[in-house]
Amino acid sequence: MAVIEVDDLTRSYRAASGIWRRSSKVIEAVKGISFEVERGELFGLLGPNGAGKTTTIKMLITLLLPTGGHARVLGQDVVKDAREVRRRVGYVFGGDRGLYERLSGLDNLKYFAELYGVPRRDQGPRIGELLELVKLDGRERERVEGYSRGMRQRLHIARGLLHKPEVLFLDEPSIGIDPVGARELRQTVASLVEGGTTVLLTTHYMFEADELCDRIAVIAGGEIVARGTPAELKRGVSGGSVLEVEVFGSAEDSMATVRSLPGVTSVVVEDRGQAQVLVVRVDTGAEVTQAVLATLGGVPVGRVATREPTLEDAYVELVETGVPA
Amino acid sequence: MTAVLRLLLVGWWLQLKMRSRSAFDGILAIVYPLFFATSVLLMYRQGGSESALIGAAVGASVLGVWSAVATTASTSLQQERRLGTLELLVAAPTRFALLVVPMTLAMGTIGLYSLVATLLWGRFAFGIPISLGHPLVFALASVATAVGVSLMGFLLAVSAVRYRGAWALGTAFELPVWLVCGFLVPIAALPGWVRPISWVLPPTWGVAAIRHAAFGGSPWGDIALCLLLSVLYAVVGTWLSGRLVTSARTHATLALT
Repeated sequence: MAVIEVDDLTRSYRAASGIWRRSSKVIEAVKGISFEVERGELFGLLGPNGAGKTTTIKMLITLLLPTGGHARVLGQDVVKDAREVRRRVGYVFGGDRGLYERLSGLDNLKYFAELYGVPRRDQGPRIGELLELVKLDGRERERVEGYSRGMRQRLHIARGLLHKPEVLFLDEPSIGIDPVGARELRQTVASLVEGGTTVLLTTHYMFEADELCDRIAVIAGGEIVARGTPAELKRGVSGGSVLEVEVFGSAEDSMATVRSLPGVTSVVVEDRGQAQVLVVRVDTGAEVTQAVLATLGGVPVGRVATREPTLEDAYVELVETGVPA
Repeated sequence: MTAVLRLLLVGWWLQLKMRSRSAFDGILAIVYPLFFATSVLLMYRQGGSESALIGAAVGASVLGVWSAVATTASTSLQQERRLGTLELLVAAPTRFALLVVPMTLAMGTIGLYSLVATLLWGRFAFGIPISLGHPLVFALASVATAVGVSLMGFLLAVSAVRYRGAWALGTAFELPVWLVCGFLVPIAALPGWVRPISWVLPPTWGVAAIRHAAFGGSPWGDIALCLLLSVLYAVVGTWLSGRLVTSARTHATLALT
């Protein structure tokens, strides 16, 4: 049974500019996306910054009203039944904002427990249980302003779980935390899913989605460009190979020519220090190395290598080409 | 009902805790009202009338309460926006108004300090003999005034949930309210068309009630009007906050960017 149903969901913004002669334009952040998340599933929304991930989550947790389409969470319409949706979902975002710095971790949790109507007699045990889960027991009476980024993030998780939400929305929860903290966070998320919580996770870390998610939707430019299990997405790029050419000059000029070469499926340019790397996806059996080098003309070339494609290549290709699934 | 009262109480207490923990803000809150009081009392001392001086001391004390609430109330939601907590407050299933009222009540409570400090400053630094006619009634009138000022602050505060620039409202209204509510200048001295504006502002009746209590008169009518208007402001503020939150969700103004 689907607990999140998103149907042709759209959100546009009007952005104004100018002081004397004001002009405005409409920006479409989410362009008619549709997907469903089943109960107990960990569903990932993957995409680069500005792809529409956070906007989508904010519509689902009722912080933004959609400009088109429909969405239901736990059978409740996110526009008409906003309060009921809020009662049953949790929301955690990444970064070190979203907490009262001058209060202790414990006071932060007490306040949000009141906001979510956690009965008074249940508050103490629930807070204790969560502090233990996020490994903040013993530090709860310290002010949040003295917490490290990882501790803040763990406090966020505890806050989001106070009212035992059936669906948890995690918006880039591991952003800015160290690898050990991120691993612990992933373990916490995995244990929540084992306990029956449905999780919608947004991230732009491919490995994180790969490790955690049952299914993934890749979003770029406000549209879903691919969806499936991590294995299915990997299979989508398992054929062919990847040619990487290190270039000390502008590689962008050659992109259109390289893209038109027979056997080339996609081309992206990545900045790596002083060099640029032309990453060329090539069909199985096609040999394009000489042809690619010929298009670069007099631009100095460094390392040239061919390798197997990774899931990250699939992600980069999907968000760069932006072809809807 | 019990849950609502508990939420208001917990919210008020935590807001008070948060606002009293900055040493910088604390020193400002202690010193600022004394500067008001000193300026006002020095001016009124020139007139030579003892009753006018006592009236000015009472006016300056309420002025301190209003100043503690006006600017802070209108900037409070912008501060929540900066902290990233505004979205979390709106995302909670609790009515938004119930989360804002404790914030401004906490500011009003801090304002009560300025009321007491101003009167004590007048007594000890300027030798103003304030012999309260009815100390308990005086205390009640002061609390009613703080509630009235807090709920006026609530009305100012909620507009910031929709408009990021609405934090300026408090500064814009701070001085006009000093004048219109008769803190320092009698309302009778204002032009006739201004008086109806004074009558719909709770602090007008609050300061009148405190003056009556200080001079031994009957403040009950003024206290009742102050509280009645406060309830009206609470109702209007609650309705308005619902509309403004919906508008903020439409126009995406809950976040900083």
